[in-house]
Amino acid sequence: KDRTSIERVKMPEADPSERRRSFMEVNRGLTSEAAMTEASRCLDCPTPTCIEGCPVGINIPKFIKNIERGEFLEAARVLKETSSLPAVCGRVCPQEKQCEANCFYTRKLKKPAVAIGYLERFAADYERETGNISIPKKAASKNKKIACIGSGPAGLSFAGEMAKRGYDVTVFEALHEIGGVLKYGIPEFRLPNNIVDVEIESLKKLGVKFETNFIVGKTATIEELKQEGFEGFFVGSGAGLPRFMGIPGENLVGILSSNEYLTRVNLMEANKEDSDTPILKGKRVAVIGGGNTAMDSVRTALRLGAEKAMIIYRRSEEEMPARVEEIKHAKEEGVEFLTLQNPIEYLGDNKGYVRQIRVQRMKLGEPDASGRRRPIPVEGDEYLLDVDTVVVSVGVAPNPLIPQSMPDLKTTSWRTLEVDQESLQTSVPFMFAGGDIVRGGATVILAMGDGRKAANAMDQQLSKNLESSVKE
Amino acid sequence: MNKVVRKEFFSENVVCLEVEAPRIAKARRAGHFVIVRVDKKGERIPLTISSADVDKGTITLVVQRVGVTSKKLTDLEPGECVADLVGPLGQATDVKKVGTVLACGGGVGVAPLLPIVEAFKKAGNKVVSVLAARTKDLIILEKQIREYSDDVLIMTDDGSYGEKGLITEGMEKVIAREKIDEAVIIGPAIMMKFAAEVTRKHGIPSIASLNTIMVDGTGMCGACRVTVDGKTKFVCVDGPEFDAHKVDFDEMLLRLNGYKDFEKNAYERYNRMQQ
Ligand SMILES: Cc1cc2nc3c(=O)[nH]c(=O)nc-3n(C[C@H](O)[C@H](O)[C@H](O)COP(=O)(O)OP(=O)(O)OC[C@H]3O[C@@H](n4cnc5c(N)ncnc54)[C@H](O)[C@@H]3O)c2cc1C
Ligand SMILES: Cc1cc2nc3c(=O)[nH]c(=O)nc-3n(C[C@H](O)[C@H](O)[C@H](O)COP(=O)(O)OP(=O)(O)OC[C@H]3O[C@@H](n4cnc5c(N)ncnc54)[C@H](O)[C@@H]3O)c2cc1C
Ligand code: SF4
Ligand code: SF4
Ligand code: FES
Ligand SMILES: [Mg+2]
Repeated sequence: KDRTSIERVKMPEADPSERRRSFMEVNRGLTSEAAMTEASRCLDCPTPTCIEGCPVGINIPKFIKNIERGEFLEAARVLKETSSLPAVCGRVCPQEKQCEANCFYTRKLKKPAVAIGYLERFAADYERETGNISIPKKAASKNKKIACIGSGPAGLSFAGEMAKRGYDVTVFEALHEIGGVLKYGIPEFRLPNNIVDVEIESLKKLGVKFETNFIVGKTATIEELKQEGFEGFFVGSGAGLPRFMGIPGENLVGILSSNEYLTRVNLMEANKEDSDTPILKGKRVAVIGGGNTAMDSVRTALRLGAEKAMIIYRRSEEEMPARVEEIKHAKEEGVEFLTLQNPIEYLGDNKGYVRQIRVQRMKLGEPDASGRRRPIPVEGDEYLLDVDTVVVSVGVAPNPLIPQSMPDLKTTSWRTLEVDQESLQTSVPFMFAGGDIVRGGATVILAMGDGRKAANAMDQQLSKNLESSVKE
Repeated sequence: MNKVVRKEFFSENVVCLEVEAPRIAKARRAGHFVIVRVDKKGERIPLTISSADVDKGTITLVVQRVGVTSKKLTDLEPGECVADLVGPLGQATDVKKVGTVLACGGGVGVAPLLPIVEAFKKAGNKVVSVLAARTKDLIILEKQIREYSDDVLIMTDDGSYGEKGLITEGMEKVIAREKIDEAVIIGPAIMMKFAAEVTRKHGIPSIASLNTIMVDGTGMCGACRVTVDGKTKFVCVDGPEFDAHKVDFDEMLLRLNGYKDFEKNAYERYNRMQQ
């Protein structure tokens, strides 16, 4: 049968009416049969353009053909040659802008792409669920201590790579949980924590050590860690600082950053009865912004019992940076989209609680530097919207803790760390950096790719030092 | 996991805990605080480091029981552990030689005041302390404050100890009698608001240490934000100390009540469960 006439698989999903009040994972995963059929759509192109679309260059046809043959564990192995977190990336990559956007189907046949993300998730889940996770071979110990600052995807992939190469790696994490945004940001209904935990267990088996509740720059300085024998440092401290808009009334009670809202739920489990951490269970919740963080927040609001959960976004839906799937899921669950609208003021009651938003209607003008059409206010067209909770999700800024504690570390005008594009080395020779602290708010796969790249470069540098000291 | 090694009741509801935290003991300066999570279901709460013993590798926290978490924490016995402890957090106090310092501590605010009083004294300042509380039993750390103060004035609302009156009255008295170069004000938000009015009136530069609601304590959530001089600041990373005359205390007071209903229910539930 002609491969191209097979229809793209549909991801089985929890029913919207049920899932909108529950933290269960929405995407249920493909069955083996469905995965094998989907895999058979892949044409094993002589020039697989899909790979160009993947920021880390996963050998996509190779892993997919293994699925088609029923060699699921082999497929997982191929994925892990390039990516340390396939179960995560299969779930959260913006595939429609990356690998799948560059699939032969999308580009030439004008048909739905091979479901690369679903298949990636399938192979990784199969490996994990059957208890067949292979622990990579480890090189002989190099007796060199390496510090990794931050345990997000950048740090985790860096740590794994270095451990494989025989380094003695310690990951320092400021929070009480390992995983960075994967734990405190992205909710359970999209990325269950146990998936991240399994990855962390694998790293532990590789010999990676984790120190939680340890803020590098505060609990100990880089200088002190150097004195304790750490020779190489990787900074993967993320872009965790929330931005606010600076409009009147923004500090009223009931207005919080998406970081606070999601942290209370995902990290502190405030949605559960037995948690001591409070959370506002608003009835009329407005989330400001159009990215993944905004979608996660608004869908969390529904799950906490909101009667009305709204997205307020200043451009149109077309410009929303969120993954297409998240927007679709949010709509199915009943989220209202107030696009081309922007809050300009918050009004509260005498106890300081937010009660209304003054909303400005917008229109689209000429494209700006980002290539998206600039939103401009429609003069005089504003109205009052009743709310009891507002989640501000308009972007994040780089974490300043490390640059503040190391004045000779060069930063850009965006306050991200300045690095060499190839080696990811910072202005301090023994320090490398990657992920959101270098890119600003970016993606899991880019952070992960940086971690590997930096490990490669640091290994080369340290091995060179070793050679030259042997020669002397 | 950090072990509690010593526990002492300063009063019925104010408990001093000495906790193992060798790295923090070494790194901390006056003005720093930690975030504690008592157990796996616990919330994260900020507490000032009242003192530290570098050789023993311990820090001292003085905790007032006001709700679930402070109760759970102060119910721990020596030998038991808190699940998580992270720090030192915040900017250290800017300690310099200014002349005469008026140190004002209300209630459990005396605990965070202690390391600052010690630091200013050691920097060569004359320190006059005014400690205030509702009643005699709630005056804490008097002996330790005296050790680093040239003079101490005690005020109680009911007159059961020291002089009868509010902290502001004690402050006025000291200000009438000598020239004050700088004031440090720590206590409940409402007390700081009125104490700051006193020093403003007399043109005395003042710092207040703010106790806003926090989650991470690293600048990541914005729960702790306050308005200072018209601008939004994060207390955990920009503070906790700010120019007392520029803080919007009214906004801060409202924000401190943000989770009141939840907290009240949680405390009632917890106390029922304990019985
Ligand atoms: C709600 C939300 C949803 C998202 N959804 C998606 C998605 O669907 N797809 C996608 O690709 N991307 C998504 N992203 C973006 C993605 O999560 C990030 O780009 C990625 O996590 C960045 O990884 P990182 O390792 O650089 O940093 P982070 O994941 O931010 O981790 C940094 C870690 O470093 C720690 N740290 C910071 N400073 C120190 C210090 N001094 N000492 C010790 N530890 C420190 C922090 O506590 C944190 O745990 C989302 C982000 C958010 C917030
Ligand atoms: C920098 C800083 C230093 C502090 N130092 C001390 C100290 O040395 N000793 C001391 O006894 N207290 C200190 N506090 C206050 C202490 O954190 C709160 O009393 C404690 O969090 C109350 O928690 P609870 O669950 O026992 O009470 P709850 O009943 O939950 O709350 C009682 C009140 O405490 C405040 N509060 C609640 N949750 C938090 C939170 N997560 N963070 C901050 N405040 C909260 C609110 O105003 C609330 O209404 C400090 C606060 C800050 C910000
Ligand atoms: S890592 Fe992301 S971009 Fe790369 S193949 Fe997998 S889903 Fe596609
Ligand atoms: S471009 Fe599409 S069809 Fe071709 S190899 Fe890649 S996934 Fe398969
Ligand atoms: S406590 Fe989260 S930013 Fe200050
Ligand atoms: Mg509490």
